[in-house]
Amino acid sequence: MKPIRSMVLVSSDADSMQRGAQEVFQRLQQEIAAFGLEDEVAVAMVGDVGRHDAVPLVIVYPEAVLYGPVRPEDVHFLVEEHLLKGRIAAGLQAPTRELSGRIAWLSARKGTLPAEQRIVLARAGLIDPEDIADYIAHDGYEALGKALTTMKPSEVVEEITKSGLRGRGGAGFPTGTKWRFVAQAKSDTKYIICNADESEPGTFKDRVILEGDPHSIIEAMTLAGYAVGAHEGYIYVRGEYALAQARLRTAIQQAKEMGFLGEDIFGSGFRFDIHIHTGAGAYICGEETALIESIEGKRGEPRPRPPFPTTYGLWGQPTVVNNVETLANVPPIIRNGASWYRRFGTSSSPGTKVYTVLGRVNVTGLIEVPMGITLREVIAIYGKGMKGGAAFKLAQTGGSSGSIIPASLQDTPMDFDSYARAGVSLGSGALLICDEETCVVDLAKVLLNFFRGESCGKCSPCRIGTERAYRILNNISEGIGKLSDLDDLLLLADGLYQLSNCGLGQTAATPIRDILRHFRAEVEAHIRLKVCPAGACPMSGRLAMAA
Amino acid sequence: MATRIAEAEKMTVKKDPQAVVKAAVERHGNTREAVIPILTEVSRVLGYLPTEALEAVSQHLRLPSSQVLSVAGFYRMLSTKPRGRHVIQFCESAPCHVMGGREVWRRLQEELGLQPGETSADGKWTLLTASCLGVCGVGPVLVVDEDIYGSVPPERVPEILARYS
Repeated sequence: MKPIRSMVLVSSDADSMQRGAQEVFQRLQQEIAAFGLEDEVAVAMVGDVGRHDAVPLVIVYPEAVLYGPVRPEDVHFLVEEHLLKGRIAAGLQAPTRELSGRIAWLSARKGTLPAEQRIVLARAGLIDPEDIADYIAHDGYEALGKALTTMKPSEVVEEITKSGLRGRGGAGFPTGTKWRFVAQAKSDTKYIICNADESEPGTFKDRVILEGDPHSIIEAMTLAGYAVGAHEGYIYVRGEYALAQARLRTAIQQAKEMGFLGEDIFGSGFRFDIHIHTGAGAYICGEETALIESIEGKRGEPRPRPPFPTTYGLWGQPTVVNNVETLANVPPIIRNGASWYRRFGTSSSPGTKVYTVLGRVNVTGLIEVPMGITLREVIAIYGKGMKGGAAFKLAQTGGSSGSIIPASLQDTPMDFDSYARAGVSLGSGALLICDEETCVVDLAKVLLNFFRGESCGKCSPCRIGTERAYRILNNISEGIGKLSDLDDLLLLADGLYQLSNCGLGQTAATPIRDILRHFRAEVEAHIRLKVCPAGACPMSGRLAMAA
Repeated sequence: MATRIAEAEKMTVKKDPQAVVKAAVERHGNTREAVIPILTEVSRVLGYLPTEALEAVSQHLRLPSSQVLSVAGFYRMLSTKPRGRHVIQFCESAPCHVMGGREVWRRLQEELGLQPGETSADGKWTLLTASCLGVCGVGPVLVVDEDIYGSVPPERVPEILARYS
């Protein structure tokens, strides 16, 4: 490929498409060709750029100039001024505003956020995700070629083990160990599953990887297949992610045409194929055994474990189930080696972690940072401080596997082991930052409402426990709670944790325990004083009693 | 854009459930594994899964109808009840809640006069609450049919609703 001087990105989220992004994109292509610039300027549609007030947006790199809303008739002027004459097209720039979402991390490439390290998101937002040539030009399929032509399957497993890569879905299980279990399992048929049923509230990192760099997942799954001796892979994508599904389908088709999927890949005799299975709206299908049941065409109810999927997985065969972000780490590790990977992060949790920073901070969005950064740093450096200068109260680390982190823990390094020692968990990578306006009772109520809705209902501790806990919290928020309710909540939390069949019920207890451990006084104020200190709870029961 | 076409078909022609199921089975195959993709497609074309369609799926796949019904009842995107012409999903998860979701929800309910899960008498709207819709960077979020609206202030609700006929 010729060196590209400029990269032009057009937002293509639903809003932009409605307002003519497609036509703007086509006009850009025409005008760039008309000016004879097609060899040095690349144009691509990039999905949701995290800003909706001036769509469709056109972003020109490397200057990172933001134009919007751009109408098709503006395109001629824009191309002539910016791409031909090299100056900013006056009058077309998007109104200035505190940037949010992905713009924040796109601009981070210009060196404003020095701590950010990109391994997983290295290509997302920079390459055309629908063009395999662009992926190949950016080191794509190099790792696969290296593994298939110079490494034995056991060496691939060994390299991943040495890298110390741990599952990014929330549990942090060592990926190399998981692969070894399946590699050693005696069976002719084995499967690789990519868990892309990202449904943890507040987490959308996998969506950005799938939409921005779908080939990296195809390459990683093929590597995994080679390593463990599997010839078929499934990507389970959540039903809501229509764009990710479309891009994966395109990527699989292109990989087949280029011979990176199918028979005799790289002349090695190894064959591998990937299918896409779309979810139909069930949070529980993110649990690996429920996900397997769903691929088999059943209700997404978790199986008892053990046996684990590594011995009894899809259709009873040994199966590797890896999260999208975990897999996205695989090709860079194989390409650059385990010791390169260990340079990032901490010794027990090497590598980077992608977080979605949300809530009451000035800049929300997606960041990829080394393991071991602290919450205080995330808020100050990436969130650009709390909104309106408010005080930081707590962070919720996203979904069922997360915790409520009080301000006292904001200097604890964010890696699997440091957080485990502090009695909290990293979760799936969402960081919901809350200030004093967030009431812990209200927050726990919202979380339990989520769990009671998403409980699959198979086992009674979870089905009944989440409902009971929700009702008690609701009473407390209405100002009609009793002190004995708190003992009942802890009892329910124990029951949920010890008796539930799968992770959903077990972790549904987390918010209850966390608020009673770190914010007991605030909860008791709702009961003893009939007051919600944050002013968020309705407390209508109290008013009814007064009237 | 296939869904748009399906949407148009749904409104103009009264589709025959048998024919819709047959087409879906031909596309996805008649294996057990295909039951969720088939039900998803039928639900999208017909707007919901009538008993007749479920029975047809059961016959094509040689699966007990109880099992087809149990799958249809499990997943949120599959509905066994008729829905309105436009389905509104409102995210009630924590990230949207913290960003002011409660006020948006109140406004939505006021404008529509509906409780969660209800369909309006004129068959225009169905109002649903949803767990995370995956666009948490721009909460509060609501989705009308396939259109996503992010960072919605309560006062924008009437304007959004007015876009649909």
